Amino acid sequence: MIYLLPAAREAMRAQARAAYPRECCGALLGRTREGDGAAAREVVRSVPLANAWMGAQERRYLIGSGTVLELERQVEREGLELIGFYHSHPDHAPIPSAFDREHAWPWYTYVIVAVRPELVGPVRAWRLADDRSAFREEAVATLEDP
Amino acid sequence: MRTTIRLPAPLRAYADGQTDLPVDAATVSDALAQLTARYPKLRPHLFGEDGTLRNFVNVFLNQEVVRHLEGDHTALKEGDTITLVPSVAGGSSTAAELTPEEILRYSRHLIMPEVGMQGQRKLKAARVLLVGAGGLGSPLGLYLAAAGVGTLGVVDFDVVDVTNLQRQVLYGERNIGQPKLEAAAERLQDVNPYLRIEPHEVRLTSENALPILEPYDVVVDGTDNFPTRYLVNDACVLLGKPNVYGSIFRFDGQVSVFDARRGPCYRCLFREPPPPGLVPSCAEGGVLGVLPGIIGSLQALETIKLILGEGEPLIGRLLLFDALLVRWTELIVHKDPECILCGEHPTLKGLIDYEEFCGVPQAASAEAAEREGIAEMMATELKARRDRGDPIRIVDVREPHEWEIVNLERYGARLIPLGQLPERMHEFDSADEIVLHCRTGARSAKAYRQLHAAGFRRIWNLKNGVIGWIDEVEPTLPRY
Repeated sequence: MIYLLPAAREAMRAQARAAYPRECCGALLGRTREGDGAAAREVVRSVPLANAWMGAQERRYLIGSGTVLELERQVEREGLELIGFYHSHPDHAPIPSAFDREHAWPWYTYVIVAVRPELVGPVRAWRLADDRSAFREEAVATLEDP
Repeated sequence: MRTTIRLPAPLRAYADGQTDLPVDAATVSDALAQLTARYPKLRPHLFGEDGTLRNFVNVFLNQEVVRHLEGDHTALKEGDTITLVPSVAGGSSTAAELTPEEILRYSRHLIMPEVGMQGQRKLKAARVLLVGAGGLGSPLGLYLAAAGVGTLGVVDFDVVDVTNLQRQVLYGERNIGQPKLEAAAERLQDVNPYLRIEPHEVRLTSENALPILEPYDVVVDGTDNFPTRYLVNDACVLLGKPNVYGSIFRFDGQVSVFDARRGPCYRCLFREPPPPGLVPSCAEGGVLGVLPGIIGSLQALETIKLILGEGEPLIGRLLLFDALLVRWTELIVHKDPECILCGEHPTLKGLIDYEEFCGVPQAASAEAAEREGIAEMMATELKARRDRGDPIRIVDVREPHEWEIVNLERYGARLIPLGQLPERMHEFDSADEIVLHCRTGARSAKAYRQLHAAGFRRIWNLKNGVIGWIDEVEPTLPRY
């Protein structure tokens, strides 16, 4: 289970709409939710990042390792965790592709936002299975605004 | 050298929850080998099946990426820290990379900048659903497969019949009697072995249409009847998918692209279906063999343009083709703001009963009522009475070109087309016994009504028409 604040959710959707037809991407910073099962986490904020993919960005995104290292240091300073990443699927369902699976680690939450010319579709979240065989969908709950 | 490997959060679960792991190693590769030897569950997440480091996993030595140093052989110093950091990549494409064999195969596409590698990858990643593998589905399937569309779903539940071969160029003599999906898959796989075919051997219904259509990017309508046409349209609007429409009848064809997100839908053009029987199907009215080739090829073209995002799609435009005059007419179709499906205040929010909507059951019961009270004669009885020398008259109410295919002239049949019957009734004597027939019995039932209204009482309708005669009396006569 992943808990999202409406602001984080809307920020991701707006970024997906603005980047269309290219993919957008970013990181999810948050913390484990105490007393709500080990797997439950909440996103404190989403951090938009530039898509660093050098080729056609309609079908690919990249967040470089240098950026990830920076994020790791940032969350450490703030007492948070880097709990995952998000990206958009322009004109495609918010379901991980084989390419997504090859480039993923378990534990991280991968949020995908479907986006089309006139509408931003649903936000869905996924986690890679321990044996790397498949993504399992993770429930997304939207929190009340604080 | 005593060094520390720092694991990111996702990998700690595979190393007993630890963050910093001490190792004693000379080089970076030694350190990683020790790490995975101690915690084998880490291995698949760091190394691929070929034993090399996964390309998204980056190793930092202190502040530097190891790749920028001397790779895995970079020597370690006392107190160094190795940090494992992923780069995060992904995307919506489902591994649509082209192999060298595919690049050669599609080279005539690739040298056009409008397609190029990027367009060809889009074709490979595309998922297209063909509804119907008949006259329109044949050129559609062949051209979409040849062009490199990656996944082609096909919906059909029919079997190849000899009467299909006049226009359904997907099939040949050897496929007669074979399920169309099986024969189509064989042929299309031969055209392009890289194609992935997803067969749906079902009749498309209101119950299964949404889950069948949902996983596809483009739906192509190659159906031959109104209920399925409205069903495909409505399902596409509800799912937000483009519907590449084509239809054919005799010498006329129509093509358009309906995409309710960007233009009108089929219901904006035709709010309601025509009454059943007004527009005959190809089986009843015929179709010129080349016509589905022309219309289906245009549908394939529009499908490819939608996938590539090139050119002007036929959205909001309806092309009419008249094969006899060789004339194309383009009509502008506007979105109907009052469309009950895609208009400003839609009232249709789900799929309905399309047979009912198109009046199919109503028409069947009306036809049954029309035949009620009509005296019928079996073909075997007619034969026996003619053989006995009964002076029974046979009147064929079909058209002259049908008479030319097969007729009962040697039993004394006369041709009086249904349209001429009112002015030629005086040619009959109401005292005579008259048997009326057409191809299967519907038109001669109308003739029966007319004669009955004019006072004729010694009349019969030949059950199942000339086809009934062929089935029961003379199987060697040609059927049509």
